[in-house]
Amino acid sequence: MSTPLVRIRQFGVEYPGAAQAAVQGLDLDIAAGEIVCLVGESGSGKSTTAAALAGLLPEAAQQHGQLWFKGQALDSLDERAWRQRRGRLVGFVPQDPGTSLDPVKTIGAQVVEAMTVHGMPLAQARPRALELLRDVGLKAPETLLARYPHQLSGGMCQRVLIAIALANDPPLLIADEPTSALDVSVQRQILDRLQQLVRERGSSLLLITHDLAVALDRADRILVMRHGRLLESGTPAQLWHAPAHPYTRQLLQASPLARLQQRRVAPALSRELPLLQVTSLNRRFDKRGAAAVDGVSFSLQRGTTTSLVGESGSGKSTTARIILALERASSGSVRFDGLEVLGAGRRQLHGYRRRVQLVYQNPYAALDPRQDLLAIVSEPLRAFGIGQRRDHRARVLALLERVGLPGDLLHRRPAQLSGGQRQRVAIARALAAEPELLVLDEPLSALDAPVQAQVLDLLQRLQEKLGLTYLFISHDLATVRGISDQVLVMSQGRLVDQGPTEEVFGRPGSDYTRRLLEDMPGRLVPEAEVQTRAVNL
Amino acid sequence: MHTSAFWRLAQALLVLWAAFSLSFAILYALPGDPVGILLAQGGEPGTADPAQVAELRARYHLDGSLWQQYGGALWRLLHLDLGVSLQTGKPVAAALAAALPATLALAFAALLIAVPLGIGVALAAHQVRRRPLQAALHNAPALVVSLPTFWVGLLLLQLFSFRLHWLPAMGDHGLASLVLPAVTLALPCAAMIAQVLGRSIASVSQQPFVQALRSKGVGRWSLLWRHILHNASIPLLSLTGTLLGNLLAGAVVTETVFSRDGVGRLAQAAVASQDIAVVQGVVLLAAALYVLTNLLTDLLYPLLDPRIRQGSRP
Repeated sequence: MSTPLVRIRQFGVEYPGAAQAAVQGLDLDIAAGEIVCLVGESGSGKSTTAAALAGLLPEAAQQHGQLWFKGQALDSLDERAWRQRRGRLVGFVPQDPGTSLDPVKTIGAQVVEAMTVHGMPLAQARPRALELLRDVGLKAPETLLARYPHQLSGGMCQRVLIAIALANDPPLLIADEPTSALDVSVQRQILDRLQQLVRERGSSLLLITHDLAVALDRADRILVMRHGRLLESGTPAQLWHAPAHPYTRQLLQASPLARLQQRRVAPALSRELPLLQVTSLNRRFDKRGAAAVDGVSFSLQRGTTTSLVGESGSGKSTTARIILALERASSGSVRFDGLEVLGAGRRQLHGYRRRVQLVYQNPYAALDPRQDLLAIVSEPLRAFGIGQRRDHRARVLALLERVGLPGDLLHRRPAQLSGGQRQRVAIARALAAEPELLVLDEPLSALDAPVQAQVLDLLQRLQEKLGLTYLFISHDLATVRGISDQVLVMSQGRLVDQGPTEEVFGRPGSDYTRRLLEDMPGRLVPEAEVQTRAVNL
Repeated sequence: MHTSAFWRLAQALLVLWAAFSLSFAILYALPGDPVGILLAQGGEPGTADPAQVAELRARYHLDGSLWQQYGGALWRLLHLDLGVSLQTGKPVAAALAAALPATLALAFAALLIAVPLGIGVALAAHQVRRRPLQAALHNAPALVVSLPTFWVGLLLLQLFSFRLHWLPAMGDHGLASLVLPAVTLALPCAAMIAQVLGRSIASVSQQPFVQALRSKGVGRWSLLWRHILHNASIPLLSLTGTLLGNLLAGAVVTETVFSRDGVGRLAQAAVASQDIAVVQGVVLLAAALYVLTNLLTDLLYPLLDPRIRQGSRP
């Protein structure tokens, strides 16, 4: 093969004051037309590598080593030279479509600008903008030109950003976690389109992801990075069948794909009354609009895990909020251990809230940054008047130990903890009230795969020890399959599928569930292989 | 649409009424008697003829109980009668109308200096890369905001009028006499603009879309002018009310220091002599200006920010 499109040799990036180099000793080639996936957890250096290739490293960064693009050295370019190359040499698709378009400029202006900054006349750029928007699969692009980003969905914004990245037909496209903020089905459509466009144009794609399943589906070659170093590289098949590095094996093990294997043994059907019984729940936000929750009925057995699955806007969060008595229902009933929650009095609700606790999606936002762990975890103790005040410290220490956090973190603040540690703190806080039902609202989505596995493990152990009942809200079907006894699938406010996990996954009762299962990343890895793999691990 | 316009009008009237009532209450509670002050200026204090006092009280509607006085004043206000000045005996409306143009000219000149200066400093602080200069540009606004207006005015007078003889020290004739008071009034406003805009530019620059724009090949200057400045100027609008307050309060001090006629000086003199009608006239004028500016700001927001212009997703 001729010279690769991108050749990186002994490349490193350091930030003054940082203990560890962001990237070190990196060797990487990307051939023309190749799709390369860079996989790793946060802090692995994958985004830094992408930024260096796009000429977007912050000023403080010190880089060394060689970066060649079509035989031309990139590392010596100054800002001016870079400016002319960004967008033309390298197209960049950013991570969060919701915040990556200028909110005060129209879509049309932003697509056109991508070409006019490189000297294309306006008369030429305008029709091409339309063509690009059509290429990325947006319907009626004419009407989109005058729209603003806030009027588009996340998936549409990401398509616009892809159109912008492709505007000058760059030989290399870099996509930095382009779909991590999107729903599974949108994620699949976007990745399909991106892959197709890149193949059509013969460009190369550097896809950055933390989701090994996505990489296995899409890549010609996968590179695994950790702590700024390249650990392993190979085709998806090589990595899947013979991962050389222990970290790759760990990643595979921690990936939701492997979780598919941890089938749960369904507990014997108990004759007990269910802990929570939801009947014909309805919620309408305005009289004319569709119902956010429409006739939802289900029950939770004590000590089991039920997953509530659906895309954003499906009504799953509203359902959860009604169960938590944070939202009113229009009609229906929620019975918890014999108590009717809807319409319960203040005092009854106070007692109820102690027995039902919530763990939020984002551990970075759910903890008061000004309080230390002692104050955070002891808050429910104070709120519900549990135990003596002088015993609180001992109780908090016991709770921290229970969630696997060392006691010397007691006086730390959330900013000094990792994402996984924060989620453990949030779980400890929820446990402080000694609840029977724990509502977990996408508790893993902000965490890296290996950390996700640890938190899931913790939840499993806590359930066994304390007999907790979980309502697990998620859009990650692989995880759901691994941990749930019962699955509820919601779409447009209705429960479209419900039943024991294996039944729902094996014989989905609705087209919607079937589609969701098809959109799941990692589907290109045959089921049989997943199983042998899991046995070997 | 019609209901929202109705509510806005009702809100405006409520603000005016509240300003009127509050100022009435404060003036009523003040120690000292306006008629007493008036007579004392006439000569022999304490020897006023009770009949004359009663006559004056009746003429200026200062007789009767608190509620009678308040009710009367409110009733006259509803008929657009601001009353008569205790000191000059002339209608308050006329006094305000006479003083307003000079103050408007001063405030307008100050804004003409403050807005470009504030924006300029904020932009420079963002663009300049040289350390000491950058630090100076970042810290100057906070320093200037905290300087007392009268002190700055005196300092400028000392330097440019008395030492250098470039500009006249007082009076209000011609453009030259406007320069120093306008600069005095403009400095704290410019500093405020620079502070808010500077912070706003810094936070907008951290937004992911700025990085995305850079990756398109948009250069530094067009990034700043076309994208960052537009986004950063939205929070600046919320400052207009405060700016107006600053201008009005500053006008009182500036006009006194530079011996200019205007609303500020009128207010100062009226407060000193407890000329209730005039003080209330000034308060109502200020409140009306506030209401007007806020209305204008509300109309400007959707022009700058499309997210306000067209609600949510279609």
